[in-house]
Amino acid sequence: MTAAKLPAQGGARSATRDKVVLALAAPLLAVVAAIVISSLVFLASGENPFRAYGIMADYGHYSDSQVWIVNKAVPYYLSALAVAIGFRMNLFNIGVDGQYRLAAFAAAAVGGSLVLPGALQIVLLIVVAMLVGAIWSGIAGLLKTTRGVSEVITTIMLNSIAASVIGYFLQDGRLAVKDGNLLHTTFLPESSHFFSFPTHPKPVYGFVVIAVIAGALYWFLLSRTRFGFDLRAVGASEPAAEASGVSVKRMVVISMLLSGAAAGLVGMPTLLGESFQYGTDFPAGIGFTGIAIALLGRNHPVGMAFGALLWAFLDRTGSRLEFEGYAQEIVGVIQGVIVLCVVIAYELVRRYGLRLQQRKVGEELAAAARAAGSRADDAGNNDKSEVSA
Amino acid sequence: MPLRDPRVSHPPLPLLHPRGECAINAAPTSSAPARPDAPAVELRGITKRFPGVVANHDIHLTVRRGTVHALCGENGAGKSTLMKILYGMQKPDEGTIALDGTETALNTPGDAIARGIGMVHQHFMLADNLTVLENTVLGAEKLHGIGGRARTKIMEISDAYGLGIRPDVLVEDLGVADRQRVEILKVLYRGARTLILDEPTAVLVPQEVDALFANLRELKSEGLTVLFISHKLGEVLSVADDITVIRRGTTVASVAPDDTTPQQLAELMVGSELPSPETRESTVTDEPMLQVDGLHLSATDSDGAVRTVLDGIGLTIHKGEVLGVAGVEGNGQAELVEAIMGTRTPDRGTVTLDGADLSGTSTRRRREGGIGYVPEDRHRHGLLLEAPLWENRILGHVTERPNSKGKLLDPAGARKDTARIVEEYDVRTPGIEVTAASLSGGNQQKLIVGREMSHRPKLLIAAHPTRGVDVGAQAQIWEQIRTARREGLAVLLISADLDELIGLSDTLRVMYRGRLVADADPAVITPEELGSAMTGAASGHLTADGDADTGRPASGDTEPTGGDQA
Repeated sequence: MTAAKLPAQGGARSATRDKVVLALAAPLLAVVAAIVISSLVFLASGENPFRAYGIMADYGHYSDSQVWIVNKAVPYYLSALAVAIGFRMNLFNIGVDGQYRLAAFAAAAVGGSLVLPGALQIVLLIVVAMLVGAIWSGIAGLLKTTRGVSEVITTIMLNSIAASVIGYFLQDGRLAVKDGNLLHTTFLPESSHFFSFPTHPKPVYGFVVIAVIAGALYWFLLSRTRFGFDLRAVGASEPAAEASGVSVKRMVVISMLLSGAAAGLVGMPTLLGESFQYGTDFPAGIGFTGIAIALLGRNHPVGMAFGALLWAFLDRTGSRLEFEGYAQEIVGVIQGVIVLCVVIAYELVRRYGLRLQQRKVGEELAAAARAAGSRADDAGNNDKSEVSA
Repeated sequence: MPLRDPRVSHPPLPLLHPRGECAINAAPTSSAPARPDAPAVELRGITKRFPGVVANHDIHLTVRRGTVHALCGENGAGKSTLMKILYGMQKPDEGTIALDGTETALNTPGDAIARGIGMVHQHFMLADNLTVLENTVLGAEKLHGIGGRARTKIMEISDAYGLGIRPDVLVEDLGVADRQRVEILKVLYRGARTLILDEPTAVLVPQEVDALFANLRELKSEGLTVLFISHKLGEVLSVADDITVIRRGTTVASVAPDDTTPQQLAELMVGSELPSPETRESTVTDEPMLQVDGLHLSATDSDGAVRTVLDGIGLTIHKGEVLGVAGVEGNGQAELVEAIMGTRTPDRGTVTLDGADLSGTSTRRRREGGIGYVPEDRHRHGLLLEAPLWENRILGHVTERPNSKGKLLDPAGARKDTARIVEEYDVRTPGIEVTAASLSGGNQQKLIVGREMSHRPKLLIAAHPTRGVDVGAQAQIWEQIRTARREGLAVLLISADLDELIGLSDTLRVMYRGRLVADADPAVITPEELGSAMTGAASGHLTADGDADTGRPASGDTEPTGGDQA
């Protein structure tokens, strides 16, 4: 930590440098620790870790892998955003999974039953999905503010209710058609297919653009608007936010609605870019992956993008390990290890950073007090030497 | 019968009973001094450095056995650190501790307890839902069990030192002074021969202080040693046999109370003359700024019982007036502030600011309408500790310039203005990007005061504005309140520091059990008279001769509806 050794005069500059160094130290520490622990896991299972890493790196190299990884990362990223909105104000929305599935199902049902001109249809479906997601999470928000029920409980229960609701409607004769042994909603008309980038061998979802916009909006909303400040204030200290004039209850409802709306987007890349229907084989569980990725990316829009890509990379290359004689579960272990390492590393670095800063503030003030003391011999009642007692 | 400690048969001294693994070096030194003439506590050359600061530096302290020794110094002078060292909570970097003439290393509070040192913390550590007996034996069950023997022992101690303990009363039903006696009982029960009392009078009214001092003299006469930490000079001079003054982390003088005046002691503590909260000429106008009328608030406590917290509160603060509310903490002051701030909704009653009815509006509207707020607990309600200073400058004023333009934040404007506040209000910090947590209490408070004053409030609510801040910051905060008052600010001052209340206020009201029971003229009232009214002993208009003048409309009362309504 060279920045810490700089003389006090460079206070502001060295503080910024410290911040950057610390910001990089945490993920670095996490990755190194995760690699070490994963290697130990490989060794313990009697396998050669370096060969496994070689296989993964090599397989991730192919262009079809890369397209797959990007396409997989898009819903992961959107899901992480939805979770992160809650995290930023100390709300744990575990219900992203149910929210996005119900939202995608509703959008698929609406989209399959009407035909509007292209752009209009797509916009309508996205709006429907966001609305349904928001309503579903809003229930948890309302229950929390009116009845004091923890959102952790309600969102988990809403997940299973969502699954039942979908299961009820996704039956032949209701909103689904039978296709082999699969049930799915009727196909969306051609007009509601989202554009894609013509990459080889498979196209990349055009929805990646929406994901980037959503990330940018998330950043702007949180760090550049009054609303975002209020939201972060509630997350940092509820009583302080309340005393500062934020209506905490209102904030809870609004942020749950926002989180649910973002969750509504999670199923859209798949629905509008690949499957064009909601069926029993529609991907599930992305909401939980989003929690891990939000933790991994520390709720930061760029960090979560890296997290989503890393997760997708592991998904893709892990499947390859199976062919090479490794246990399939090993990738799950690695993913778990990474999340744990990241959480621990960030907490360690955060505490270290706080201590470092307190020490530096103390040092600089002591130096200033000494300088003042030598000028005016007796500081008298202007005794500002900050003695922490 | 469980294992019995062999030393239990050593009357008459309250005995040393090491707890569990704390029984390091079980030599019976504390119950039988190695050298009878040796000082109970002797600290030599104690130095303790924290990262970046030296909290204690070359401390020398000798406490004679069987005396009350006062350690006085200002907030932040290093008293608490020194006591933590003596109680084994911190290890000194340099220096030696000798107890009863034997040099000792204290690594944990367990060691200190084993050596006969007991500490009564400023914040009581009692379980409200347990009885006095249960609280006393909690964690010390091995000494005398939890039944009859323990009870006998407790009553023995209580009678020996005149503590007046009622062992079967629930702690939640006890007042502050009684709780303090339970804390003292707890350390005596554990065999303490040397008691450390950390600011014991901070929570007491003057009458209770006298009772406490009587207890201390009792302890002393029984041969116990008391180390008494305080920054209240009058108390120190009245109770102590020896006084050691600590300033800027080091001991600067040891004096005897008989050859010292409060003035001299103050100068030793501060290094020069004391600042005084006196407000000179009156700036009170006849234009009302804040009017509170018929405020009633009830709350449901943890047992589900509904009780009245605020009862018929009516008060008026005029432009340029400081209205001080005196009262023992927990009599509704905090709720009154919250009701005016809008974070609590009263059952009935109105709050009017400068002619505008604020009842039922949100906290944000009230803040925008011109209420500045210096909260009682700045860490909980005043700051985002892990956010940088400039974000803390935005807190509470996010809708106002220079913090935002329209719906968007203006970080550049907020940063610039934070730099100005740091400059103008003398906030000691290396920059505005550091977190609020890294500043000392006094500098945090200066930042809060600067922030609130920067929006030109019409009314400032200051709850304990100088609690826990160093004396330099205290003087500055007082000066800022005075300056703003001259410019027509109305101030609602809540404080436990009676000197501060009397010195700063233009009008005084006394709050007791949710009601404003008395009022007084700060020009003539003494802290003792005010203290007596705070216990509910007096009501109506308090006159100079100390008698409550109940019933007569008070001439000095600025609020015609009086305190004793409802």
